[in-house]
Amino acid sequence: MQIPAPFDYVRASSVDNALELLQRHGTESRVIAGGHSLLPMMKLRLARPEWLIDINDLYELDFILRDGDTLRIGAMTRHTTLLESDEIAGIFPIVRDAESVIADPIVRNRGTIGGSLCQADPAEDLSTVCDVLGAEAVIRGPAGERILTMADFHRGPYETAVGQDELLCELRFPLRPRSSSAYEKVERRVGDWAVGAAGAAITLAADGTISDAAVGLTALGLDGTLAEAADVLRGRHPAEELFVEAGRLAAAACDPVDDQRGPVDYKRHLADELTRRVLRLACTRAAKTQEG
Amino acid sequence: MKVSMTVNGNDVTNEIEPRVLLVHYIREVLGLTGTHWGCDTSNCGTCVVLMDGQPVKSCTVLAAMAAGHDIRTVEGLASGGSLDPVQQGFMEEHGLQCGFCTSGMMLTARALLDKNPHPDATEIRQAISGQICRCTGYATIVRSVQWAAAHPAGTGVDDAPAADEVLDGTDTPVPDFATEIVDTEVKA
Repeated sequence: MQIPAPFDYVRASSVDNALELLQRHGTESRVIAGGHSLLPMMKLRLARPEWLIDINDLYELDFILRDGDTLRIGAMTRHTTLLESDEIAGIFPIVRDAESVIADPIVRNRGTIGGSLCQADPAEDLSTVCDVLGAEAVIRGPAGERILTMADFHRGPYETAVGQDELLCELRFPLRPRSSSAYEKVERRVGDWAVGAAGAAITLAADGTISDAAVGLTALGLDGTLAEAADVLRGRHPAEELFVEAGRLAAAACDPVDDQRGPVDYKRHLADELTRRVLRLACTRAAKTQEG
Repeated sequence: MKVSMTVNGNDVTNEIEPRVLLVHYIREVLGLTGTHWGCDTSNCGTCVVLMDGQPVKSCTVLAAMAAGHDIRTVEGLASGGSLDPVQQGFMEEHGLQCGFCTSGMMLTARALLDKNPHPDATEIRQAISGQICRCTGYATIVRSVQWAAAHPAGTGVDDAPAADEVLDGTDTPVPDFATEIVDTEVKA
């Protein structure tokens, strides 16, 4: 029987209250949202917090809001909500692509976007989604609010810029006309982490050329987005040879590890093939928004 | 710490350690052993219960986190002496073999049908994709859920037997194969 080590439990009633509790209980306290990463780690005693601060009552962080040129998503928004949101699927189809293959439907009822990003697993799909969409993270702490780019947010595996006494409250996504996106993942079975995955976001200019592009990889050893691929795509009309070249660059730039999910050469092949597929799909989708 | 929640419509309050998982609270504190405890790692889904109507894996929810919420277990499926159509469907279509995954499967099916009364086979398969049937009886599970969708409660088309008729087991004959297995000598 896997049971966590003893801890004390307290439920936060608001963001301010959560911040107070984090200050009061200090470095041995951890915030719990959906709990589907933290509780398994606590069962294995890889995590032994003395205090758990439950933020599941912070409904103020469960929202999807269109605010001018920005889409704002609260950190406590559950995966299921993100998956089922037609508004998000219309603007950022990459979110539905990714959410439909994150964990399984039952885990998605509990897991949150904020929890996924803060867990910062190298195989976390939403990290790639946020990277390619150019999201910003809104973090609150005792000193007030700060807003970080994803490049500043990510620190490495299982590590982010969110301080011990801080809380990730919101993700902000810029809305761009004539844009679309896509995500594709290869997994061994439902609920497993990715063997590899790729995400892409594309913006077209009025003349149909690619004005901006972002390509990211999941679980394949690439931090952030692939600048070389964006350089190849920008200013050109979407075409198969561009996708092939971007795929080649992705395979060369990534640094996958050999593990039980596959050898390095197979994972590089995935980086290549999945990059081509998501670029193809994102460009097709972006062209449709232009027609509409 | 003290936790209070609603389980199958009943208010319950207990003094527990904060580290008690919901599955153990349900089974050991409340004595409702219809909720099964399997892999401990939120993979197998045998521990699924409904929390505010949504399926959750109770091995990965603290009882403390469920406090104040509405929990429904397999014991809460039958109502008014009648089986839930999902339970009846699992009987009609042989949706269980060993029965280990069954309570979790039925609760997920109930939540699916509450949200989408007419799911197609793909939607049913997606809904149960976080659960493992170790007998690999997925085809009959899907048919069982389809049976339930075709026979919703209260439409008069279901002729579900009363729950006590089914559950007390007094009239159930011992199947022949059981005695055959007992009588078979194991050869070294």
